[in-house]
Amino acid sequence: MKEYFVKYMLMAFALSSLFFLFLIFIFILFEGLPLFHKAGLKHIILGSKWAPTKGSFGIFPMIISSFLVTFGALIIGGPMGLSCAIYLSEYSGKRMKMFLKPALELLAGIPSVVYGFLGVVYIVPLVRDYFGGPGFSLLSTSLILGVMILPTVISISFDALMSVPKTYREGSLAMGATKWQTIYKVVVPSAKSGILASFILGMGRAIGETMAVIMVAGNALRTPLSILDPLRTLTSNIALELAYASGDHRLGLFSTGVVLLIIIMILNYIANFGIKKGS
Amino acid sequence: MSKAAFFIFLSFVTLLSSCSINDNSEIAKKKHTITIAGSTSVMPFVEKLSEHFMVDNPNIIVNVQSGGSTAGIQACFNKTIDIGMSSRELKEEERALKEILICYDGISIVVHPKNPIKDLPLTKIRAIFSGKIKNWKELGWIDRKIDAITREEGSGTRGAFEELVMKNEEIDDAIMVQDSNGSVKEIVATDPYAIGYISLGLVDERVKGLAIDGIHANIQNITSRRYKIVRPFLFLTNGAPKEHVQTFIDFVLSKQGQDILRKEGLVGVR
Repeated sequence: MKEYFVKYMLMAFALSSLFFLFLIFIFILFEGLPLFHKAGLKHIILGSKWAPTKGSFGIFPMIISSFLVTFGALIIGGPMGLSCAIYLSEYSGKRMKMFLKPALELLAGIPSVVYGFLGVVYIVPLVRDYFGGPGFSLLSTSLILGVMILPTVISISFDALMSVPKTYREGSLAMGATKWQTIYKVVVPSAKSGILASFILGMGRAIGETMAVIMVAGNALRTPLSILDPLRTLTSNIALELAYASGDHRLGLFSTGVVLLIIIMILNYIANFGIKKGS
Repeated sequence: MSKAAFFIFLSFVTLLSSCSINDNSEIAKKKHTITIAGSTSVMPFVEKLSEHFMVDNPNIIVNVQSGGSTAGIQACFNKTIDIGMSSRELKEEERALKEILICYDGISIVVHPKNPIKDLPLTKIRAIFSGKIKNWKELGWIDRKIDAITREEGSGTRGAFEELVMKNEEIDDAIMVQDSNGSVKEIVATDPYAIGYISLGLVDERVKGLAIDGIHANIQNITSRRYKIVRPFLFLTNGAPKEHVQTFIDFVLSKQGQDILRKEGLVGVR
């Protein structure tokens, strides 16, 4: 009797998380879709002018900006994260691993507002002084996000590298390949799908990041023309304006949320698909 | 197991009992409640006023909410609130409400203290924010892009700036956007090439307020109406207010209430 009680209670809690996900989904669609109907899908997705109190709901520049900062983060965080993962799995001794792994977990636990604050205080003035522009820019945002996605990229690609069977490495070494040749030609290619998944999950993290981005991106509405221009992402648009929004303006922000939700779902689907294909 | 069940039971009981205390309390019934809603720019000041007011009048609860000037005016029409707050003048069709001027708030155009420019005509400010002037050279300083900062869509300060400075022109979409007076000030204080606008009460030695057409933004010039970028903070009531509501309005307009507002950097009406 008691056993059953525990089992079903745990099941109820497990299902409740699914229930919340479902609730969020329904809620965002319910609030966001009416505007798509009213203003038109094309007007919202491809419109380049965002003036919600005057009836323009174009979020095209923000979609572009979101992808730009995400790729920027990947360019900075991807190679760094992969190198770190290769070092951890192939070269580092036990002691180094014991030191590096918890340090990386700590990096993941730092609240994003702290990253944003560091960005405003150090990165933005550096970019302003050495590269020009206002400092609040695509470059600053990519730098900050690049560091923020490191833990995701490292831990998932590390797991992928570790799951490559030892026999592969032994086989390659026995054929006379050096250690680097083994890593470069055998280990990394076999862990390819996992590494790819780690990049895509890193992208998901970068595209969803809000607080740090608001603080360093400058939030200008125009699509940036250089890496020194300020920009506004989908997430920061919602967080910036929600406090004052009412009526259609509020619906416009929910529509932004719908677009964001769809982009993140696609990214997650690709990542999961990549992992499955690999294993 | 039984321990855990007991704990869950206990937490439910606590939850339920804490709900019922508020509803059934005898004291709550005797109290009057004043509901105030509207402009987010006015809200923090009214909240401060209400804190002082409730200390002296323990039998009146003042409930201050935001929502924006327009929402406040609408709610006042519907009589869902006792007092509406607005940081803009009423439009023609809204004149049926009774308006009570509680204070003025000046909007100061600020630059970095290193910036040698002290005075700009209003038309130049408009040109900067509409994207027609992009370089400090055009204003007689060094050859460097202007880093202009505005507030986000829907903000009361932005609304007043659009009305008083931009007139019919739109704010350029390449201009940076920040979501509070504080962060605009922070950027202007750290970026020598920045320009932005914030509430007069927040200007200190970290930023430099510009004179507009030769007139400095200060309390004397606002009182004498020479400084033009000023918006009124209004209370709105639908018809004659109830007795306890009137008590609060009287408190806001009293010397004590006006002194609180003045301490916050606003310009009083007395």
